[in-house]
Amino acid sequence: MILTAALGLPMLGALVLAISRRWIEVTARLFAIVVSVLPVLLLAWVWLQFDPQGALFQFVEEVPWVPGLGMGYRLGVDGIALAVATMSAVVFAASIAYPANTRNQPRQYYAWMLFLQSVSLGVFLALDLLLFYVFFDLSLVGMFFLIGRWGHGQAQLAAFKFFLYTFCGSLLLLLAIIGLYLSVEPHTFDMRVLIEQQPLAGAGVTGGLVFLALMLGFAIKTPVVPVHTWLPQAHVDAPGPASAILAGVLLKMGAYGIIRIPFSMMTETFSRYALIIALLAVVSILYGAFVALGQKNLKRRIAYTSINHMGYTVLGIAVAGALVQEAGYARELALVGATVEMVAHGLVTGALFLICGSFWQRTEEYDLDSYGGLLRQAPWLTAFAVLASFASLGLPGLAGFVAEFHIFAGTFGVYPWLAVIGVLGILVTAALFLQMLQKVFFGAMPERWAQFEDLRPIEWGVLAVLSAGFVIIGVAPAFLLTLVEASATLLVGGR
Amino acid sequence: MPIGDVLPEISLTLGAVIIVLFATFTRQQQHHWAAVLALLTIALSAGLTLAQWDGQPQLTFSGVWALDGMAISSKLVVLIAGALVVAMSPEWMQTDRRHGEYYALVLFALLGVVMMASASDTMELVLGVLLSSVASYPLAAYHRGWAPALEAGMKYFLIGALTNALLTIGVVVVFGLTGNTGYTEVAQGLAGGSDSLALTIATACIVLGLTFKLAAFPAHAWMPDVAQGSPAPAAAFLTVIPKIGAAVALARFVSLLPPDVAWRAIVAVISVTTMTLGNVAALRQTDVRRLLGWSSVSQSGYALMAIVVMSVSDQALPALVLFLASYAIANLAAFAVITFLRGRTALEDYQGLVKNAPIATVVLILSLLSLVGIPPLVGFFGKLMLFKVTLEGGYAWLAFVAAANTVVSLFYYLRIVASMMFANSRPVVHVLPGQWTRITMAIAGLLILAIGLGAEVLVEYTNAIGFAM
Repeated sequence: MILTAALGLPMLGALVLAISRRWIEVTARLFAIVVSVLPVLLLAWVWLQFDPQGALFQFVEEVPWVPGLGMGYRLGVDGIALAVATMSAVVFAASIAYPANTRNQPRQYYAWMLFLQSVSLGVFLALDLLLFYVFFDLSLVGMFFLIGRWGHGQAQLAAFKFFLYTFCGSLLLLLAIIGLYLSVEPHTFDMRVLIEQQPLAGAGVTGGLVFLALMLGFAIKTPVVPVHTWLPQAHVDAPGPASAILAGVLLKMGAYGIIRIPFSMMTETFSRYALIIALLAVVSILYGAFVALGQKNLKRRIAYTSINHMGYTVLGIAVAGALVQEAGYARELALVGATVEMVAHGLVTGALFLICGSFWQRTEEYDLDSYGGLLRQAPWLTAFAVLASFASLGLPGLAGFVAEFHIFAGTFGVYPWLAVIGVLGILVTAALFLQMLQKVFFGAMPERWAQFEDLRPIEWGVLAVLSAGFVIIGVAPAFLLTLVEASATLLVGGR
Repeated sequence: MPIGDVLPEISLTLGAVIIVLFATFTRQQQHHWAAVLALLTIALSAGLTLAQWDGQPQLTFSGVWALDGMAISSKLVVLIAGALVVAMSPEWMQTDRRHGEYYALVLFALLGVVMMASASDTMELVLGVLLSSVASYPLAAYHRGWAPALEAGMKYFLIGALTNALLTIGVVVVFGLTGNTGYTEVAQGLAGGSDSLALTIATACIVLGLTFKLAAFPAHAWMPDVAQGSPAPAAAFLTVIPKIGAAVALARFVSLLPPDVAWRAIVAVISVTTMTLGNVAALRQTDVRRLLGWSSVSQSGYALMAIVVMSVSDQALPALVLFLASYAIANLAAFAVITFLRGRTALEDYQGLVKNAPIATVVLILSLLSLVGIPPLVGFFGKLMLFKVTLEGGYAWLAFVAAANTVVSLFYYLRIVASMMFANSRPVVHVLPGQWTRITMAIAGLLILAIGLGAEVLVEYTNAIGFAM
C-alpha cells in the first residue's frame, strides 16, 4: 500500500487542484508543496525498512487489472528503483516549491506538476511492463502541457518536438514490450517472470529486433547521441522547474529503463551488443562535453552537460552487462556507479536548472557573455551555482565524484581503453563549468545588472536541500551504496 | 421460421416505422420525443441482442444469417454507438422541419449496418450495404438548403453508386463460379478450385465495394467531405458506424477465400495505403472536421491490420472488435464536442477554447489522445490488441508501419490540442442550448476513461468470439 500511496497521493492532489475553482495562488501553491513532500517521506520510510539482504524486489503490491491480457497493477522496488524514485520525489518537491511564474493559472500549473510527479514515480515503481509503459507515456503528456503552456521562447514548437520525438521512442518500446510479452508462456507482462525466465535468450533475429527496439526507445529518452536532438530545445524553452524535472527525472526513465528491461530481461543479447552501447556512450560523453563547451547560452550549456552525464550512466550500464560470467566485481562497481550517477545528476542538474530559472525570472536573458561580476551583487546565488557546478564536474567530496569513480573503476576492469577515452570527458566538463562560472560571476559587472536581486529565502532554501543531498552523498555515500549494491550484486552476480 | 433470431432487427424496423408515423402526426416542436422513441428502440434491440449472447454460434434462416460472437458483439457496438448519435442530435436538429424523420433514417441505417455484420450470404450482404447506403445519403445531405451538405451528400452518393454496383457485380461473379450465395456453400465451392481470373475479379469488386463503407483506400474520398459538410451528428454517424459493419463483413468474406488469392497481401496493402494516406492528408488540414475525416480514414487502415492476421493469430477477431469499439467511442466523443460547439470547424476558431468551454475541451483532448492510443484511455487497449495480434501473426513490418503512422498522427491531433490549450482565447463561444448534447458529450468523455480503466470487461467478453463457420 505504501508505494501506491506514494504515487497515488500526488495524483489525488492533482485532481483536487483541478476541481477546486476558488483557490488562489498562495493556497494552491502551499497545497501542492505539502502534497509533493508526502511521497518523499513515504519513500524515505521504505528506504529505512528496505532489507539489503532480502529479495530483489520488496514491498511488492499486486492487483489484477486486465488479467485477460496478463497485465496487472504490480508495484515493487529494488535498491536501484528505490534510489532513483526517492531522488525523483525530492526533485519534484523542490521544483514545485521553487517560485515560478504561473501566468495566472496556478491551479493548472501545480496540478500538472503533481500529475507528473505521480506518473514519474509510477515509472520507477512499476513491476509490470505495460504499467511501466502507461506511466512512461503519461509523463510525455504532462511534460507537453507544462512546456507548451508555461514555457518561453518557441514554447509550442519545443513542446511538439519533445512529444513527437520521444513518442517515437515510446512506440518502439511498445512494440518491443509486446514482443517480450509474446515470448513467454503463458503470456504475461510481469517483470519478475521475465527477469527470471530470460525468454528471448538465443532467439536470434527476433531477440535482436526486440533488443534494438528497446534500446532505441530508451536511447531517445536518455538521450544517447545521435538521437539526442530533441533535448536542447525542450530544455531551453521549458520553464525552469520543468527543465529541472526534465533533466532530473524524465531522462532517468531512459537509463532506468535500460537497466530494468534489456539489461535484466535479455542479459545474453545485452552482453553481445554491450561494446556498441559502450562506444555510443563514450561518444555521448565526449560529444556532450565538447558541444556544451561551445554554447553561449547558459541553459543550453547545462542541457548539453546532461547528454555528457547520461553518457556516463549508459557507459556504466553497458560495462555491467558486458560479460556474462567474469569480472563480476568490476561490473557490479559499474552498475552501482551508473545508479549513483542517476541520483547525483538528478540532484545536481536539478539544482542547476532551478538556478537557470532564477536567472530567467530576473533578467529574461541566457546569454553568457551579457553577464559578469554577479558575485558581489548576488553572493548566495554565486555560492549555490559554484557548489552545483563543482558537483557536476566531479569534484571529490561531492556526489558526482562518487558516481564517476565507480563507473570508471568498473570500466577499467572491462574496457580499459574506453575508460581512458571517457575520462577526457571529465576534463572538458571541468573546463566548461569553470568558464561558465568565470563569465557569469567574476570579472566586471555590466551596468544593466545593477538591480540584480540575490536569491530569496525560498529559493536558497530549496537549493540548500538539493545541495545537502549531493554533499551528503559525496561525503558519506554508504547509506546509498549499501542499498544499490544489494540489488546490483543480485543483478550482476546472480547470473 | 426462427423469427426469434432476428428480433433485434425486427424491433429496429418497427421502431423506425413508428417514428415515421409519429413524426407525420405531431408538430415539429414535439419531435424531440422521436429521439426518446429511437433510444427506447435501440435499448430494446440491444437488450434482445444481449439475450442471444450465450447461445451457440450458429447460422440461421437456411444459413444466410450469422448468430455468432462477432455478429453479436459488433451489433452491440453499433447499437451503443447509434444511441450516442441519437442522443447528441435533438438540439442540432430541432430547427429542421423534418426533425422527427431523421431518427427513422438513423434507425434504418443502423439496421443496414447490423445486416452487414451478420450477413452470411452474398445477397444478404448486398442488401445490408444498400440499405445502409440508401439511408445514409439523405443523412449526409440532411440540411438541403446548405450547399456544403449537398456537395458532401452528392459525393457520397456518386462514389457509393459506383462501388455498390461493383459489389453487386462481384457477387454475381461469385454466384456464377459456385452456383450459390450462401457463405458455407461458396467456401466449399471455392475450395474445390475455380477459375482464378474470375475469382480475382470477384474478390476485387467485393473488396472495393466494402472499402466504400469502410472509408478505406481507394473508395475513401467521400469521408473528408462528409465529415466537414454534413450535419455534425450525421457526420458522427457516418464516420463511425458503417465502418464497423463493413470491417466485420470484409473479415467474414475474405475468410472464405482459398489461400491462393493472397487476400492477406491485398488487405495488408490496402491497410498500409489507407493509414498512410489518411495521416498524410490530415497533416496540413486547417479544418478540424475535415481533419477528423482524414483521421477516420487512417483509423480504417489500422482496423484492417486485424483482418490481415485473421486465423494466424487466434485473437485477431477480438482485437478487431475491440479496436472498432474504442475508435467508435473516441470519434463519437469528438463529434459530440463539435456538435455541442455548433459545428465549429476552422482550427483557428478553437483557439483558447479551454477558457470558455473547459469541459468540451477536456472531452475533445481525451478523445484525440485516445485516437492516438495514449494509455490508459480506451484507444490504447484497441491499439495494443492490434499490435499484439499483428506481431503474433508474424506481420512485424505492418505493426512497425502502423507505429510510424501513429507518430505522424500525433502531430495533427496535437495541433488541435495546442490550439485549444496554448493560444489566446476568442471572446465568444456559441454552444448548443439544452442538455442532450452536453450530457452525451460528458458521457462519451467518461466512457473513454472508464472503459480504458475497465478494459478487462471488454477483453474478457470478446476473448472467445469468432465466426460461426
